[in-house]
Amino acid sequence: MNEPAIITQDLLKEFKTPKGILTAVDHLSLQVAPGETFGLIGPDGAGKSTTTRLILGLLTRTGGESRVLGFDSMRDMYQLRARVGYIAQQFSLPPNLTVMENMQFSAGVQSVRPEEQKKRIPELLEFAGLGGFTKRLAGKLSGGMKKKLALACCLIHEPQVVLLDEPTLGVDPVSRREFWNLLGNLRAEKGLTIFVCTPYMDEAERCTRVGLIYEGRLIVNDTPAKIKAMLPGHMLEFTPAALERARALCSSLEGILEVQSYGDKLHVFVDNPTLRNQQIINALDEQGIAHDVLRELEVRMEEAFISLIRRQTATNGGDH
Amino acid sequence: MTIETRISQSQAFPILVQHLSKRFGSFIAVEDVSFSIQPGEVFGWLGPNGAGKTTTIRILLGLMKPTSGEAYVLGLNSATQSKTVHAQVGYMSQQFTLYNDLTARQNIRFYGGVHGMSSRELRQRIPEILSMAGLEGRENVLTSSLSGGWKQRLALGCAIVHRPRVLFLDEPTAGVDPISRRQFWELIYQMAKEGVTVLVTTHYMDEAELCQRVGFINAGHLVALDSVAQLKRTQMRGQVLEINTPDPEKAMLALSAARQEKSLPLDEAALYGAQIHVVVPDAQQYIEPIQRLLTSRKIQVSSIEWIQPTLEDVFISAVKSGQTKQ
Repeated sequence: MNEPAIITQDLLKEFKTPKGILTAVDHLSLQVAPGETFGLIGPDGAGKSTTTRLILGLLTRTGGESRVLGFDSMRDMYQLRARVGYIAQQFSLPPNLTVMENMQFSAGVQSVRPEEQKKRIPELLEFAGLGGFTKRLAGKLSGGMKKKLALACCLIHEPQVVLLDEPTLGVDPVSRREFWNLLGNLRAEKGLTIFVCTPYMDEAERCTRVGLIYEGRLIVNDTPAKIKAMLPGHMLEFTPAALERARALCSSLEGILEVQSYGDKLHVFVDNPTLRNQQIINALDEQGIAHDVLRELEVRMEEAFISLIRRQTATNGGDH
Repeated sequence: MTIETRISQSQAFPILVQHLSKRFGSFIAVEDVSFSIQPGEVFGWLGPNGAGKTTTIRILLGLMKPTSGEAYVLGLNSATQSKTVHAQVGYMSQQFTLYNDLTARQNIRFYGGVHGMSSRELRQRIPEILSMAGLEGRENVLTSSLSGGWKQRLALGCAIVHRPRVLFLDEPTAGVDPISRRQFWELIYQMAKEGVTVLVTTHYMDEAELCQRVGFINAGHLVALDSVAQLKRTQMRGQVLEINTPDPEKAMLALSAARQEKSLPLDEAALYGAQIHVVVPDAQQYIEPIQRLLTSRKIQVSSIEWIQPTLEDVFISAVKSGQTKQ
């Protein structure tokens, strides 16, 4: 393997609070290879943003190590920032600057030479689909366009690595697709290394590797396909008329590995779908619980996330 | 329509919107939108950013006057009877308006007080809310130290403390983790079963699939209104092929190029999770040509399948057809 683009070793971050020491990041070790798209996922407050900020050297670590492109997050902060792009969570671009002025501002902050700017700014705006909006105020852009402008700004100094903290929060599906298509192109054409925190499980599915963080610890680190394969059995979905009763009933049946609910639907994980399908239908009918057809569905990252976090809380007795 | 039928209709539907338009100067935010929502229905109000979703909600809440048309909530005209409307509806927005320096219990008490509930009513109602929101054991924790999912459920609790019959939720789950989102949707369904009517906006298409009916608004126009299953049948222009490949990004580049050169009639090509979805006029006819194209670029193809469109495919199709019409 090449030298990793991002590496953390036993990374530790403690915050002192009035109630004692809070461990936000707990001996976290991970590696991201050059050209990978690494997704960091986890429940709210698990330590995703803290980890990102530690890697960038924006927070002082309590212990352990972290490096980007061989540069230490704390000691070599300036070399690191010259080579890394970052979109902070709920970032805001200066709304009273135009698209072009925002680009120029970012270029100035990153000390990009004027002749370089002349070449790169139009290229990046074209790439982000903002070529026709150079004179528009950033504050007047739609949500999706703001995110694309932020991406263009963070690429102005041609970083080899970008860290994106929930970059598509609150953006509609069309814009989210466009944003991820841009990331896909960057990876395919430029070999950019992408580290992204996301609450969207379909975005996690687009990553080459995914880390699941829970209470500051990395509990899973693998490809989406392997993570989904960690779920036992097959998943059946149906909508019962009485959710609570159906859930209790299914949980009590033989060969049922796990039951999850979503809205008015139940997701039941079974060892043998053909056999259990009929048994579930029989049991529901016997209890007089109306239901629609039971369908077998592919497990998605969404279900894997729920199952893995549940197992973790069962051992820890945590919040969820 | 006579006034009598209008009144009887507005009373039959907890939410009724008729020929609603809202302009800001020359900008049209909402244009001739009409729909009605049944009692106990969970209705998804979907559309791209800036399509007019929040404007519609603000008009329904009586926070903004329409340029023309009417909005009724529980038979009350939102424009003229907003005070009465407020007493009977709950509203929760993406920015949960909670007081961070109050505890969970104090927040609920505060919102109950705002709605004129007596201490006696609140003594009974607060434990109910805490239990519904799963906040027992955390009732005395400062709101600032609750994590996203907890705050979100507290915000919902505050929005329903006065037992509203209609609930407006404007992107209530933005940025909340999947487990909290599920717990939240269970609460929504619990309330709907008790007869509460819910209008909810979301950018998560899997959540939209949970709604009994959805309305799509695009650039101020209502472009589709139906059950999810029906929308998938009627609103999709073309058929969806799902492509599995170990190198989706390279495949995307090849497909996008083909789309621009018009060498293949691809209406849309996008990454969807780890797969690629392309929209073609005829699925069976284009499996072969797509396979050939990718193989010629030395991109390995594991499978190409004709699939049912997802709601996201439908959403994108509806938005795009709206764009070409304008």
